[in-house]
Amino acid sequence: MLTLPAFSQDWIRTGTGLGVEKVRLAVPDFKVATADATTPPLQQVFDDVLWNDLANAGIFDMVSKSFYPLQTPGTPQELTIPAWGNPPPNASMVAFGNLGVTGTDLQVQGWLYDAKNVSAPQVLGKQYKEPSSKDSARDIAHKFAAEIIFRLGGGIPAITESKIFYISTRSGHKEVWEMDYDGANQRQITRLGSISLSPRISPDGNRLAFTTFAHGSPDIVIWSLELNRFLTFPRFGGTNASPAWSPDGTKLLFSSSRNGDPEIYVVDDNGAHLKRLTAYKGVDISPVWNPKTAAQIAWVSDRSGLPQIYIMDADGANVQRMTDTGYAVSPSWSPNGQFLLFSWSRKWGPGEPGGQDIYIMDTASRQWVQLTREGRNDFPSWSPDGRHIVFQSTRSGSEQIWTMLADGSQQHQLTFTGSNTMPNWSWK
Amino acid sequence: MKQSRMKWITIVAALASLMVLATAGCKKKEAPPPPPPPPPPQPTASLTANPNSIQQGESTTLTWQTTNATDVTLEGIGAVQANGSQQVTPTQSTTYRLIAKGAGGTQEATARVTVTQPPPPPVAAAPSDEQLFNQNIRDAFFDYDKSDIRPDAQQALMADAAFLQQHPNIRFTVEGHCDERGSTEYNLGLGDRRATAVKDFLVQQGVSADRIRTISYGKEKPFCTEHGEPCWQQNRRGHFVYQR
Repeated sequence: MLTLPAFSQDWIRTGTGLGVEKVRLAVPDFKVATADATTPPLQQVFDDVLWNDLANAGIFDMVSKSFYPLQTPGTPQELTIPAWGNPPPNASMVAFGNLGVTGTDLQVQGWLYDAKNVSAPQVLGKQYKEPSSKDSARDIAHKFAAEIIFRLGGGIPAITESKIFYISTRSGHKEVWEMDYDGANQRQITRLGSISLSPRISPDGNRLAFTTFAHGSPDIVIWSLELNRFLTFPRFGGTNASPAWSPDGTKLLFSSSRNGDPEIYVVDDNGAHLKRLTAYKGVDISPVWNPKTAAQIAWVSDRSGLPQIYIMDADGANVQRMTDTGYAVSPSWSPNGQFLLFSWSRKWGPGEPGGQDIYIMDTASRQWVQLTREGRNDFPSWSPDGRHIVFQSTRSGSEQIWTMLADGSQQHQLTFTGSNTMPNWSWK
Repeated sequence: MKQSRMKWITIVAALASLMVLATAGCKKKEAPPPPPPPPPPQPTASLTANPNSIQQGESTTLTWQTTNATDVTLEGIGAVQANGSQQVTPTQSTTYRLIAKGAGGTQEATARVTVTQPPPPPVAAAPSDEQLFNQNIRDAFFDYDKSDIRPDAQQALMADAAFLQQHPNIRFTVEGHCDERGSTEYNLGLGDRRATAVKDFLVQQGVSADRIRTISYGKEKPFCTEHGEPCWQQNRRGHFVYQR
């Protein structure tokens, strides 16, 4: 459990293992195991990716490499445990190993050792073999990092192999793009030559729902990443926006003005059983399910003036307003069902200056904490481990995608070319 | 006066016939009975128009002659000389009537002047529905985060509605637009509300709903991309687009 620094209120706990005393982890460079000339560049990629994955996990205190013993251990036989467990490194854990290209394959051996337990130090021992390439080096590093994070992070699956879907203008149009969670492998998915918005990946990772103007007025469409084509989904008329998958992947929430006013609807993923959930004059948009229970929905409504965050039961009953002032939009519900993220301009109104920042709110107590303080920040999306947040920010001068830990620390930029917005983190 | 002159003419005529009789009387013993006095001559009148067909705005010349008339009138123009001509510029086809009155009666003459419309200007010069639409229709502007039709927008839309009722064949789209502030998704909803508010107002003014399509572009297609209220105001609007 974590106590976040309090700015406007006392504290908030994220319940994700963030902020417990962090494990001091040493990760020496892997040892080159074969004489093949292609190995060193792959080793560089592997070491960088492994280090970044572990440093970004939010649960480790990474021991600086300047404290490491001079000899690089490539195997358990080469590891002198006290040299790592005692000061200056004073590491609790050491991740180490070797890699080499043999023929056309890249082989990696990796271990995780408990540096404080000399008698039974091995926590993990893993072997990987993939066709030799930089992609493989990256892939193996993500997998090994995921093992370490899972083992030392309370059994929560790591996000090192997760994806982020987003909108980029790089092609000249707003198209849907995809990237690895760390910003690598950015690639364009749609080529509609129109305006596409609000990409939302299905829980199984195979289908992408988004809004597009490709057929004229904004409609919800579903793109199959397996078949590389659109799946059948009806056009409802009016403005249709902000789709959101149910946790079981069988339904979508979205906003539609098909009957004259933007309201929240729920519908099966094939377009059947359309049902309206709100009936209030004004804009109702940006719905999301509570992914833990699927029993509640958070969304944005301007029924009381400026847009605010509301929650209701999945059938539309028990409407509660969550934000008390300002301009609040873009809710994202944490995987454990406990927290809402949203973008809030607490003092925004006609004539008011002010920042638009990402806030985290405990839904039970409605206590909140401000997580960003620079630029205009919007569209927060939770990582599947609940420890990370991806969002868009203008702080670097243009709209770009950033990540941070759920306590607001370790904010860093993932995209740099064009305008990149509306990130959505995959469910696993 | 007219009467006394007539009497004088009669006397002169009588004296003349007496003199003829006296001369004859010298040759013959018995004078025949005097013949009745000849009737006064009938007036004559003629009227021509040259040319007798003109285009609207052009002139023609009326020319007339009369004889034995003491009173000559050109209808619609008034008393004229016994013989004369006059330029006229009728705006539509006209039959001119000359009335000549004399002791011998009244004679009329007519001349018809046909006035043709000028040929229509070339078709390309006539503004199309689309040009008229773009010249006459005004967009409706909105306040921050609002979709209410404010007074200046009411004025614009009432004029728009009047134009649209005069041109019932025009179909069009109302686009809802928003300024750059706030969320992309929420602004899609707000733009939808603005487009619908414009449509509802026009329908209240009597414009048929099936002529109006609405679409929200949220903040995706700004008219102006600077950061500040003058630009933001330009982007908060219901924009009309002619539908071909």
